[in-house]
Amino acid sequence: MQMKETLLGPIFRNNPIALQILGICSALAVTSSLKVTVVMCIALTLVTAFSNLFISIIRNFIPSSIRIIVQMTIIASLVIVVDQVLQAVAYEISKQLSVFVGLIITNCIVMGRAEAFAMKNPPLPSFMDGIGNGLGYSFVLLAVGFVRELFGSGKLFGIEILPLATEGGWYEPVGLLLLPPSAFFLIGLLIWAIRSWQTDQVEAPDFQIAKHKPAEEAA
Amino acid sequence: MGLRSTLDKIEPHFTSGGRYEKWYALYEAVDTLFYSPSSVTRSTAHVRDGVDLKRIMITVWFAAFPAMFYGMYNLGFQANDILAATGAEVPGWRGTIIGALGGYDAGSIWDCMVFGAMYFLPLYAVTFLVGGFWEVLFAMKRGHEVNEGFFVTSILFALTLPPDLPLWQAALGISFGVVIGKEVFGGTGKNFLNPALTGRAFLYFAYPADLSGDAVWTAVDGYSGATPLGIVAADGMGGLTEAYSWTQAFMGSIPGSIGETSTLAVMIGGAVLLLTRIASWRVVAGCFIGMIAFSTLLNAVGSDANPAFAMPWYWHMVVGSFAFGAFFMATDPVSAAMTDRGRWAYGILIGVMCVLIRVVNPAFPEGMMLAILFANLFAPLFDHFAVQSNVKRRLARVQP
Repeated sequence: MQMKETLLGPIFRNNPIALQILGICSALAVTSSLKVTVVMCIALTLVTAFSNLFISIIRNFIPSSIRIIVQMTIIASLVIVVDQVLQAVAYEISKQLSVFVGLIITNCIVMGRAEAFAMKNPPLPSFMDGIGNGLGYSFVLLAVGFVRELFGSGKLFGIEILPLATEGGWYEPVGLLLLPPSAFFLIGLLIWAIRSWQTDQVEAPDFQIAKHKPAEEAA
Repeated sequence: MGLRSTLDKIEPHFTSGGRYEKWYALYEAVDTLFYSPSSVTRSTAHVRDGVDLKRIMITVWFAAFPAMFYGMYNLGFQANDILAATGAEVPGWRGTIIGALGGYDAGSIWDCMVFGAMYFLPLYAVTFLVGGFWEVLFAMKRGHEVNEGFFVTSILFALTLPPDLPLWQAALGISFGVVIGKEVFGGTGKNFLNPALTGRAFLYFAYPADLSGDAVWTAVDGYSGATPLGIVAADGMGGLTEAYSWTQAFMGSIPGSIGETSTLAVMIGGAVLLLTRIASWRVVAGCFIGMIAFSTLLNAVGSDANPAFAMPWYWHMVVGSFAFGAFFMATDPVSAAMTDRGRWAYGILIGVMCVLIRVVNPAFPEGMMLAILFANLFAPLFDHFAVQSNVKRRLARVQP
């Protein structure tokens, strides 16, 4: 039961992007085409899961004063492995992802889970937590990538769905969706939708406007 | 039976418990549009004034009329001028109505007005209906009042559009402006960006082919004619003075977005806003000071590669949307700065940024829209500094 919560909780209830607002940078950068998005999601999920696993295994041997450096070493090694594998297997996509694979090292989700979960929990739950947060990240990225590629260039995974007006079809693409800032709007709308559904995620207002005093009282 | 008694008679249906309770926002909007509400402030904060938010918004709406009517005329004039040379006619339902009501004579004011109306009125109607739909939807959902601010947003948005924009794009633009620019932040009074410009900026980046370039400024298919700012960017001041005289640009017989072309018509509306003190004169003055100072500086610096450096301030004032933006967009009371000193800084920033984008950025010949949105973001900061300096000065006075 608890394992299920660890694995599936981060998808909607505790989504790393939608609730914790982490990992926004890569969510803006790589979501203009679904193919790249999927590769990025797999890469990040694997890195988070395995970094959680390894850190959790050695968690009792890490001196707390240098724990960040140890975590970074493990994460960096994993990212290098992922980067090398991508370059060997899918060179084109790795070129499109450019620095963003390398930047998984600095992705707040990976560091955040290592620090917040893997340092305190046994290996198996930590691994599941890594997968779960990877899925939560993937859910947002795929949703954003779906909208951006479909309405921005009329395609899904590079296959034409809406024939473009410039190529004899009828669909006029929304150029804004090809620019990274559009992901801000989409993520914002997604957060709006999730919080309308799961109302406990709504934050308390910073301050409340005081009620008007009745005139007699003031006088 | 008078209007008042009709409204009173149907009121019980809309108040709580009535049949159309959900539609109260709409009833309230219609009622207060025609009559000032009789309710008075019951608590300590008290202002005695005949003007409320609705009257302010309606005044702005009327103030936009000179620019709108001239824009319609000019739209028709520009198009008829081209059509006279080619002998072509407008296809479709627009052509039918134009044929029935008038003709294609560029010399006839009536013909040009009819032509312009055929293009502007559908754009405005779509903007009004789609934007109004969102406004009423959010008002009903949240229990707010429908606000006349929307009259202003819709007309200003429609006036910033190029003449033959596809109607669905206008619908999309105003939806974005109203929902993302205003309602997600809590509705009227809580938006930090000008909703009309937010909508236009969305279209500008979403459909650059329909909002910029040379082909969109005249309502004639397949005709390509640059705006004055486009000419300056390409051929320099020589090219501009050859194509248009200053008086022509000031009066407004140049191609461009519907409402922006006539600096004179904009200034007539703007004068009303300034005289009624609805628009802040500090903001407008700041825009002019920033624009004049910065363009004079660029004149002095000069550039061999970029002919737009040589554009004098009195040309900057009359071409593009500088005047329209300064009088109608920058002065939006919600998204502008609120303190007096903040307003000066805010206005000057707009003037400087407008010229900077026009002259130095090769991708955008016109910069007023982006300049105003940029300054909108800075307005709270200016206010913050103005308030802090007031606090500091007063503290210094009380401390020994």
